[in-house]
Amino acid sequence: MNGILMSRRRLLLSGAAGASGLLLVGCDSLSRNRSVKRVLARAEGLTFATQRALQPRLALAREFSEADLSPVFKANGTMRPDTPQYLDLLEQGFANWRLVIDGLVDRAMALSLADLGRLPARTQITRHDCVEGWSAIGKWIGPQLGPILKTAGLRPNARYVVFHCADNLGNEPSKGGDQSAGRYYESIDLVDAFHPQTILAHSMNGAPLPVRHGAPLRLRVERQLGYKQAKYLMRIEAVDSFERFSGGKGGFWEDRGYEWYAGI
Amino acid sequence: MTANTHGSPAPPERIRRHSVVTRLTHWLNVLAVVVLVMSGLQIFNAHPRLYWGQAGANADMPFIEITSVVSGADGRRGVVRFGRHAVDTTGFLGLSGSLDDPMRRGFPAWATLPGYQDLATGRRWHLFFAWVLVLNGALYVLYNAASGHLRRDLWPTTRELAPTHVWSEVKAHIRLRWPTGEADKSYNVLQKLTYLSVIAVALPLILLTGLTMSPGFNAIAPWLLDVLGGRQSARTLHFIAAAFIVGFIIVHVGLVLLAGPWNLMRSMVTGRYTVRPDRRSPAQSPYAPSAS
Repeated sequence: MNGILMSRRRLLLSGAAGASGLLLVGCDSLSRNRSVKRVLARAEGLTFATQRALQPRLALAREFSEADLSPVFKANGTMRPDTPQYLDLLEQGFANWRLVIDGLVDRAMALSLADLGRLPARTQITRHDCVEGWSAIGKWIGPQLGPILKTAGLRPNARYVVFHCADNLGNEPSKGGDQSAGRYYESIDLVDAFHPQTILAHSMNGAPLPVRHGAPLRLRVERQLGYKQAKYLMRIEAVDSFERFSGGKGGFWEDRGYEWYAGI
Repeated sequence: MTANTHGSPAPPERIRRHSVVTRLTHWLNVLAVVVLVMSGLQIFNAHPRLYWGQAGANADMPFIEITSVVSGADGRRGVVRFGRHAVDTTGFLGLSGSLDDPMRRGFPAWATLPGYQDLATGRRWHLFFAWVLVLNGALYVLYNAASGHLRRDLWPTTRELAPTHVWSEVKAHIRLRWPTGEADKSYNVLQKLTYLSVIAVALPLILLTGLTMSPGFNAIAPWLLDVLGGRQSARTLHFIAAAFIVGFIIVHVGLVLLAGPWNLMRSMVTGRYTVRPDRRSPAQSPYAPSAS
């Protein structure tokens, strides 16, 4: 009896020691392990499916009043793209800038800022939630993406919309992790693309969109985190899959380990 | 092994204390909570400031901030700021790691998952084990509500809630006098209230405040923003609820170590618990007499 007890005690103790050792020493190697990462990433699909099942298609993000506007709206990511192409466009006040809409559409388009300004615009005061944890409230004005895509005529096999941006991003020490540089891009599915609050904002807090916030045009997709709100938009491409772009995960931060579904 | 005071050997009384569901969910919960706390601190480190209200970022006044400052002769120091008050926390919060190469980070490497700074991986751990906590917690609550365990063993009776009784339990705990005989076969009122505060208050609060930080969930249940005072308030409450749970774990593990770790650990692994032999008649419980 004592022998059994002792061996069981030893088993328990070594189990406990093994478990805590695994946790304290092995966390970092587990965090780098591809299979572990793959298993952990499966929660994203469950979260996405659950939120979409509970979320009415047109359910709106909270909208605020002018009184709620953040005194300072923190800018993050690229503050000023440094490519010659962008700097040229900026110098000319974006007179020569065109938003290209192509891919799986019947009528590819190239829209100027004036063209976009003529479209019916939506004004929304919403909360911007950075993946790092902070939030800021801003007022955005711009045309809804849905009607623009309808005008372009999405082909039946289009499933996602990819946003190509003008900026190269890299070295964001606050986030840690993969710090490799690359061209910014993002993607959303058609549920979000046709959501009424998904707009192409050319105005922020009553003024033309400032450079640090993505001039001349940025995406607002209000039911997701800040990194989905692509700045410096150049081209919107309708696709059936985003696997052929860059790292294949559907966005700059997605290629660096973040969730494609950034609703949480 | 044990003998009563009259010298005649009496076999220790063994009871089945924990059901297999309770034991399984307990240990899965241990794993989930450890991962959630450590990965939560990793996420917190990406922006080690807490605010009150709907929004809040660097230009806004934080409620609590962990940072580091250069202070004259001392060089760089880690500090925690509560409003206008600052506390030096060098070596733990704000600035930690080796003396030669200190790191400017909110919580130190040993407290975060992963240890190195990596918000993306911290989020992967956190959002996976959040599901483990929720599903495991749902199994625990559903099973134990159906089996009657929650009502029978965890819900305090009116008599137990009488201030004099609660006070006698507090005194017994402070003197480290553990229940014996019949009294040792059930939870005392302090245990009941503590377990219920975790099961019915802290864990639901941490789930709801977590969900209130989700912009997708805000569109599903916008009323949570009103109930909890906004997304940044929810983030602060999430942190406070986590601190409460960490506090509970420290007290819980401490009391297990003081009250007989072998017997208590075995009961949570195999389910069997050896009742402490009675020193006096059960009628005079709780617990042992005071010296008078």
